[in-house]
Amino acid sequence: MKQPQQTIETIAVEDLINRVHSFHDDGYRLVQISCAAEGEAFEVTYSFDKDLTLTHLRIPASPDKPIPSISRIYLASFVYENEIADLFGIPFTGIAIDYKGTFIRTSIPHPFGSSQISVVKKKPEGQHE
Amino acid sequence: MSKQIIVPFGPQHPVLPEPIHLDLVLEDERVVEAIPSIGYVHRGLEKLVEKRDYKDYVFISERICGICSFIHGATYCQGVEQIMGIEIPRRAEFLRAIWSEYSRMHSHLLWLGCFADGMGYENLFMNCWKVREKILDVLERTTGGRVIQGVNRVGGVSRDMDAAELKRILSEIPSLRDDFTELTRIFDEDLTVQTRTKGIGILPKDKAWDLGAVGPVIRGSGHAVDVRSTGYGAYDELDFKPVVRDEADCYARCMVRAEELFTSLDLIENAIDRIPAGDIMVPVKGNPSGEYYARAEQPRGEVIHYVKANGKKNLARHRVRTPTLANVPALVQMLAGCELADVPVIVLTIDPCIGCMER
Repeated sequence: MKQPQQTIETIAVEDLINRVHSFHDDGYRLVQISCAAEGEAFEVTYSFDKDLTLTHLRIPASPDKPIPSISRIYLASFVYENEIADLFGIPFTGIAIDYKGTFIRTSIPHPFGSSQISVVKKKPEGQHE
Repeated sequence: MSKQIIVPFGPQHPVLPEPIHLDLVLEDERVVEAIPSIGYVHRGLEKLVEKRDYKDYVFISERICGICSFIHGATYCQGVEQIMGIEIPRRAEFLRAIWSEYSRMHSHLLWLGCFADGMGYENLFMNCWKVREKILDVLERTTGGRVIQGVNRVGGVSRDMDAAELKRILSEIPSLRDDFTELTRIFDEDLTVQTRTKGIGILPKDKAWDLGAVGPVIRGSGHAVDVRSTGYGAYDELDFKPVVRDEADCYARCMVRAEELFTSLDLIENAIDRIPAGDIMVPVKGNPSGEYYARAEQPRGEVIHYVKANGKKNLARHRVRTPTLANVPALVQMLAGCELADVPVIVLTIDPCIGCMER
């Protein structure tokens, strides 16, 4: 059986808090917040569930522009916001529990944020041409 | 007011098979606040999707977790199949449902054993794991793997079960049901279990919803949230009803898992009764393009696999929201106000899988 189609509504960062408030007032559950690269920038997607149907809101994001935290509306968002801040380097303002970069311990800062990781293929030692 | 002290709990602790750290702010023996820290076993598996062929990545997605591995692989495949517009054979969906339920029973029995051990009830722990061996035997017999099954493919599954095997599975179910009845009776009636679980680690119904809890945690607080109710895969043809308890304490979360063992057996009987004949895999050509949030019900709750592809053989992004991550805020709520001695039992009731959570 094919899965239901999903729509993702893109909104401006300035509208985020109002929209999330209305989801909360309508009795939606926060399912997750995810981040993905889109060209040179990023996009952050908020997913909500009610009556087993997923609804998504998306905002554009970049490491230079902080996003207002929704943790005053949905406390659970603090885990996702800290994770995105640590892995992608996208700042959030006003997180209810702000780990300030220590939530996910990584050997290099913001490993998912830019191309800091390079994969080098080496031949095993002792193997000759 | 008593003086507050902070007691570290973890990352290494006898009840924790994997590392998570909690700073417990105490007044005397009472927990006032718990602050979790994670990140000890972050592997960056999601990043690997940019380096691996999307078909090969199925095997990596199964290795996100060593317990609910099968459903990780199946959900990843669901997402890729959706964006590629692939309709997999119905028989493959039924087989995925059967293996998913075996996976759920193996996880729940593992947890019930660990939970008993956490309470100092070692012979109950051994009994749970003895029954779990029977489940692992079926998984090994039908897939070749006890923990990592490796049968999911984009486009279906790689192994079938013949009529003799399905008949054998059916014949084994009554004995499993007897084992589950005995185990459930102990968890339900034993004084030790009741003393350690009833009225402890309360997660009120409204808080469970507000904090985005999933799986047995939210169902133990009175919400019928179970992704299987959406009818994904073969579940639309199976008679499924979620297990829900209203007590909202450690006992409720324990009993949801115990009762779900019976639900899984019923679903397997259902699936074997209705499984259609036919192929188990369709050929897959080309590369995916698009994005999708696939979700499924794991033993610990709702899992989300987000896949985003741009027409190349490597996906652009794979993001997994595991149930343990969703249950961390609920855990913080449960711990506030409890006794220090109850912390291990409460932590266990979210069935924390840290490797899974950190990916």
